[in-house]
Amino acid sequence: MSLLKIDRLAKAYGVGASKKHAVRGISFTVQKGEVVAFLGPNGAGKSTTMRMVSGYLEPDSGDAFIAGASIRQERENAQIALGYLAEGAPLYGDLTARGFLTFLAGTHGLSASQTRWALDRVIADARIETVIDRSIDTLSKGYKRRVGLAGAIIHDPPVLVLDEPTDGLDPNQKRAVRSLIDRMSKEKAILISTHQLDEVQAMCSRAVVIDGGKIVADDTPAGLVDNSVSHNLEDAFSLLTHEEGEQA
Amino acid sequence: MNIENSSTSDTAEEVHAHMSRSSRRRAAIAAVSSVFARELRAYFFTPLAYVFIAVFLLALGAFTFEIGRFFDTNRADLAPFFFFHPWLYLVFLPAVTMRLWAEEIRSGTLELLLTLPAPIWSLAIGKFLAAWSVAGIALLLTFPMWVTVNYLGSPDNTAIILAYLMSFMMAGGYIALSSAMSALAGNQVVAFVMAVTIGFVFTAMGLPLVASGLAELFGAGVAENARSFSFLTHFEAAQRGVLELRALLFYSGFIILWLVLNTLWIASRRAS
Repeated sequence: MSLLKIDRLAKAYGVGASKKHAVRGISFTVQKGEVVAFLGPNGAGKSTTMRMVSGYLEPDSGDAFIAGASIRQERENAQIALGYLAEGAPLYGDLTARGFLTFLAGTHGLSASQTRWALDRVIADARIETVIDRSIDTLSKGYKRRVGLAGAIIHDPPVLVLDEPTDGLDPNQKRAVRSLIDRMSKEKAILISTHQLDEVQAMCSRAVVIDGGKIVADDTPAGLVDNSVSHNLEDAFSLLTHEEGEQA
Repeated sequence: MNIENSSTSDTAEEVHAHMSRSSRRRAAIAAVSSVFARELRAYFFTPLAYVFIAVFLLALGAFTFEIGRFFDTNRADLAPFFFFHPWLYLVFLPAVTMRLWAEEIRSGTLELLLTLPAPIWSLAIGKFLAAWSVAGIALLLTFPMWVTVNYLGSPDNTAIILAYLMSFMMAGGYIALSSAMSALAGNQVVAFVMAVTIGFVFTAMGLPLVASGLAELFGAGVAENARSFSFLTHFEAAQRGVLELRALLFYSGFIILWLVLNTLWIASRRAS
């Protein structure tokens, strides 16, 4: 059974003539042990899809199942099993990183001892030891992103949905996050949105490419490369999204 | 999730088994508690609560002594003090509450909140209780008035306690209304204006001048019904030392109504 199942999800914004279909009934699954890259140009519908999966946005139709729980029918059950890093990693700037993570642990119902244990784990995993007692407002973009990532895994969920987790990180930080995702991937189903195509080949077992709200490819990174003329992932991505985008 | 066991559950069925009704209830209570603590901290780790409390106490003192003529009444009671509570709440409480949801919407942290495994009503209650606590602390800090009136004479302390309790309930009404406006408007200034306007309607309907005007325009029945929905009407009896069940029901119902609307308006943002 897949830990994450996206079933004909659709979402449109606006009404009448200005109605824009952001996501057009997409479906795919992510199994335990898989790291799936969710690729597409800006405005393709990646963040809208992830927001629907996380329960932040209500789909117009379709559903997403997280560890078997429907995000529409059993929203809180589904969210218990989900770790979500939103685009831009919104955080409470007035809190310290520790205060923020403690707040999240509390909202997941962790006891004081469980919170201490979880904090030790995520602080080490996200490598935020040096900034843990600093106000979030004073942190660099990279550290904010890592605090957000630590928040997404504070309750050790089986499913992770990460919207551009390495956005704003320097090369060393990116390597650390990739290593963390690699370590977690054995026990979890992970869906990652990214524009970094080198990351896809480095850490993802599969790539789902979306354009104009529709899936235009679902294959292994090697498969995508093999199908491109120049055997290059960037060209494969460009071919899939540019041409499909023009048709849309 | 069993957080003390570092390995994630092996199958989706096992994960699902964790999600019992009791665990959902615990999650809701945990969310109320965490959001309450986070909001209370946000009030007291910034100047907001201190400024509100200081200005509220100064204004209340000024109104009580300068306009209410506290010493000129020659009576050992707190009537001139309680008289101004609704009018000060009308302006001060929306100012304290307007940020509750509007700030989450502005900064994008609403996405964080709505992706937590907690029902929206639990978030609304946590925020409401934090703002209500700030109002409660401000009210408690008016105790020198009580000490003064006991020093000057022998007031009916039971009546004073009752008036304090009903004033606290009334503050809850203004806060619930303002929190709902913050959720609806999504902008602090607009939320403040809407909360003061609607709050004014629910306050002024109890004024004799307004009641007589309504009676002339729409008849005595309409005027009486309007009066029964006013904060002033239900606070009057408490100021006289009379505990009215309908007043308690009114304030409780008012708080619940606006908390429900608050929840619905936040939930509606998920569809947009």
